[in-house]
Amino acid sequence: MIAGSPPRRKTPAAICLIGLALGFLCIFLLLPLLTVFVEALSKGLGPFLEALAEPDALSAIRLTLLVAAIAVPLNVAFGLAASWAIAKFDFPGRSVLVTFIDLPFSVSPVVAGLVYILLFGMNGLLGPVLREYDIQIIFAVPGIVLATVFVTFPFVARELIPLMQEQGRDDEEAALSLGATGFQTFCKVTLPNIRWGLLYGVLLCNARAMGEFGAVSVVSGHLRGLTNTMPLHVEILYNEYNFVAAFAVASLLALLALVTLVVKTALEWRFSYVRQGAGS
Amino acid sequence: MITLESITKRFATFEALKSIDLKVRDGEFLALLGPSGSGKTTLLRIIAGLAFPDAGRVRFEGEDVTHLAVAQRQVGFVFQHYALFKHMTVAENVGFGLSVRPRGQLPGKTEIRKRALELLDLVQLADLGNRYPGQLSGGQRQRVALARALAVEPKLLLLDEPFGALDAKVRKDLRRWLRTLHEQMGLTSIFVTHDQDEALELADRVAVMDHGVIEQVGTPDQIYMHPHSGFVSDFVGDTNSLPVDMVGGTATFHGQSIFTHIGALAEGAARLDFRPHDVTIADDSDGCLPIVVSAAYRKGGVWRVEGQLAGKAAPIEVDIDSGAPRPQPGQRLALKIERAQIFSRQAAA
Repeated sequence: MIAGSPPRRKTPAAICLIGLALGFLCIFLLLPLLTVFVEALSKGLGPFLEALAEPDALSAIRLTLLVAAIAVPLNVAFGLAASWAIAKFDFPGRSVLVTFIDLPFSVSPVVAGLVYILLFGMNGLLGPVLREYDIQIIFAVPGIVLATVFVTFPFVARELIPLMQEQGRDDEEAALSLGATGFQTFCKVTLPNIRWGLLYGVLLCNARAMGEFGAVSVVSGHLRGLTNTMPLHVEILYNEYNFVAAFAVASLLALLALVTLVVKTALEWRFSYVRQGAGS
Repeated sequence: MITLESITKRFATFEALKSIDLKVRDGEFLALLGPSGSGKTTLLRIIAGLAFPDAGRVRFEGEDVTHLAVAQRQVGFVFQHYALFKHMTVAENVGFGLSVRPRGQLPGKTEIRKRALELLDLVQLADLGNRYPGQLSGGQRQRVALARALAVEPKLLLLDEPFGALDAKVRKDLRRWLRTLHEQMGLTSIFVTHDQDEALELADRVAVMDHGVIEQVGTPDQIYMHPHSGFVSDFVGDTNSLPVDMVGGTATFHGQSIFTHIGALAEGAARLDFRPHDVTIADDSDGCLPIVVSAAYRKGGVWRVEGQLAGKAAPIEVDIDSGAPRPQPGQRLALKIERAQIFSRQAAA
């Protein structure tokens, strides 16, 4: 507390509200998270590690990493392009584009998965063509990647559009007037201006890409060791009453969430520091 | 010589520029003066190549550059809010234009740094090269922006409201300094401003703009002393305007003749404009304007007197030699208008 500031009196109402918020936090966030780790380690460290080293679990972890490794860069590329276009240029249909970017947020992930089945499934719209060339998308890795890209679509763009709009076009125009090419302007001026926001978007996008359940569940087919991602693997283990293994894999996902939160907080702190430090 | 030929620009339904013609001579310091929304910044951006006209031509030395991008025009542009690159040091900012040159013309790192420091020296910021823009004051940022624009050796320097974001004292110093720099470097410069003092003090010539047209182009003296329109007279300097009737070369206000030194002008309703300093105190006699003083205060070397005129609600402002005693509220004064501009009603509308 700042020296000299009057002591804040805690009224009953304030105590009630704080208690309510803390209680809510404990029951709905902290307790479940704790349960995951307690349950995972309930039989000791041995079974925990065993569950993670099991081939199906390893393959699920590998697939999840692969999907994230494809979906996140795709979203970065798209998010950059979209936010650059929306923030720095005037063109007809700009607001329509913004609405479309938000679509995955408003559509249930299950619907997103079903849409891909209707499109790429054996009996789907493009089914005959895919069969002809022997390409399998549904119940295979490409389908999982597609579903994940759809669900994580808005993360990077949503983060960058307001940031870039706030920064305006002056810096870019200044760079151009000094003889920089469009590419130089992007690399030397735009990218450094948005780097923290971009990193933040990537982080959120990654967390969602690894954790997505609904859409992936619909298109995956749940083939053990082949098309199971970590969240799907957790569900299967749980349904088989293999609680220790289920929670062991789940604890990895929870850990990912915790790391994401820590990095995000660090970034936010750094972000506001940089912005304030830049003044004006 | 920069030539603008019937430049027209539309934003959706709003006509920002209506067939603008303008010539800017080499070495000239030209001000685009106008209220906000007059199109002055749009015109500057079109000259720079940051915006493109819907119709018309932009020529540099006769060469048509209408469709050239800003990078190809060799202009230096100073932005209203400076647009310094926050993540680069001051020296890196100034050297930016050199560091993005194509491979063949790209100077070495030390060469770029040396040139940047030279320019910082020119703008009197030699020891701030390693600071970041966030650590500078407004006036310093302004000069960094200028040094950065000059680094690419532009033929033409364009400044958008160069002093808009600075406080009065810094503004005045920087103005004088910019004027000197312009003369030293032999540049052609165009700047946009809404501040008439700035335009009159700095510019060789002033183009007064309103609603997308240039109302008048001329030296500050011409603009101030011989405004072509009611708008220019109103916008540049303090002006009193009275509705008058023109009868046989005499302006009458409510039946009383108030001004007679008029050449051949149309008869009928007109508008008479005079500056606060264009009056003298007269004995209560014919051809005078009687006012009742409502307030008087010192304005530099004169009394600025605010008064009410019989039959006119809006106050009249006049300057009276402060050698005389300060006029008291309620006092009656008879003013003789020594100089005035007459605008016929149609033109003034």
